[in-house]
Amino acid sequence: MHRLIQLAEESSLRENPLNFEIGDTVDVHTRILEGTKERIQIFSGVVIARSGAGVRETFTVRRIVAGEGVERTFPLHSPKVAEVEVKRHARVKRAKLYYLRDRIGKATRLTERRAKTPAAKTKK
Amino acid sequence: MPVGLLGRKVGMTQVYGEDGVIIPVTVVEAGPCTVLQVRTSDRDGYEAVQIGYDDKLSEADKKRSAEERNRARATRAQRGQVVQLSSKRQKRLKASGVEPLPKADCEPKRFIREFRTNGEDHGCSVGDVLTAGVFADVNFVDVIGTSKGRGTAGVMKRHNFAGQRASHGVKKVHRHPGGIGAHASNLGCSGGIKKGKRMAGQYGNARCTVRHLRVVRVDEENNMILVKGAIPGPNGGFVVVRKTNKAK
Repeated sequence: MHRLIQLAEESSLRENPLNFEIGDTVDVHTRILEGTKERIQIFSGVVIARSGAGVRETFTVRRIVAGEGVERTFPLHSPKVAEVEVKRHARVKRAKLYYLRDRIGKATRLTERRAKTPAAKTKK
Repeated sequence: MPVGLLGRKVGMTQVYGEDGVIIPVTVVEAGPCTVLQVRTSDRDGYEAVQIGYDDKLSEADKKRSAEERNRARATRAQRGQVVQLSSKRQKRLKASGVEPLPKADCEPKRFIREFRTNGEDHGCSVGDVLTAGVFADVNFVDVIGTSKGRGTAGVMKRHNFAGQRASHGVKKVHRHPGGIGAHASNLGCSGGIKKGKRMAGQYGNARCTVRHLRVVRVDEENNMILVKGAIPGPNGGFVVVRKTNKAK
């Protein structure tokens, strides 16, 4: 990558990297603006993908709402993503868990993996 | 500040604005540019500032120090423009009573352009070095570059024609322009195809200006400016950046 592009992106990168892995069940805290007031909205689900690199990196969280699968993709370095809280680790064998889309109910369960250290909680 | 800068397109990326919204930006290395000549209406008939960007050096010269470089790669004219005032030839000229013109005394430049000043006070003199700082309080700029060459292109790519249908009896003319107008003289036309009729031909590799691009950031130290949106040409292509002339 060109020196200047790196320099340009530097200021947009997150200072403290978010700590989570594919398959984790997470709560994503996003800042949303209501009128003039800012509040935190939480989207919880399973991280099924991370894609891209550098300032363009994103992650996708999937959850089931009222029987319907809902996926949201967040830019990893967005200042609107305040925090990602890891609730549960899972043992997964893939980098992309797209197979979860074809499953419903009990089949979407992932084997829990107990982390050696307590779940890392990161804040920007 | 009527004088702009010369530079190079580095590439595109994205940055976050203050409100957390992604801004697509093009990174431009603008400057350092050396003022090579100042045109005056007395001497040249018009007023302009000529600046140059990027040293014209051979690979061997890049490793040498400034004194050891030989300027063989540059043309004779380019060497003349930036000649050292202490050179033998200049001394001889001076001795014979010719008043030496001001010279920048820098390496010959690869990319040279003039900016018309039209009597405005530009505050530049020969040998000055302009940095990206000239855009410090500029909100919008124009960027002039050479667009990517696409060779001979059909009307669909070149002029965004719609082409013809894929089926329903269309035979081998799916990307053709269709009719180009009646041209019999007895029908009130000129007896030929209208001048300027859009057809297939060379596309790209032409001077292209994009006006009114927002300046997102200016980094004087690194001679880097970020402009919102795309600019013409490939990465590494030379561009001219000037304060916008679009009134808004």
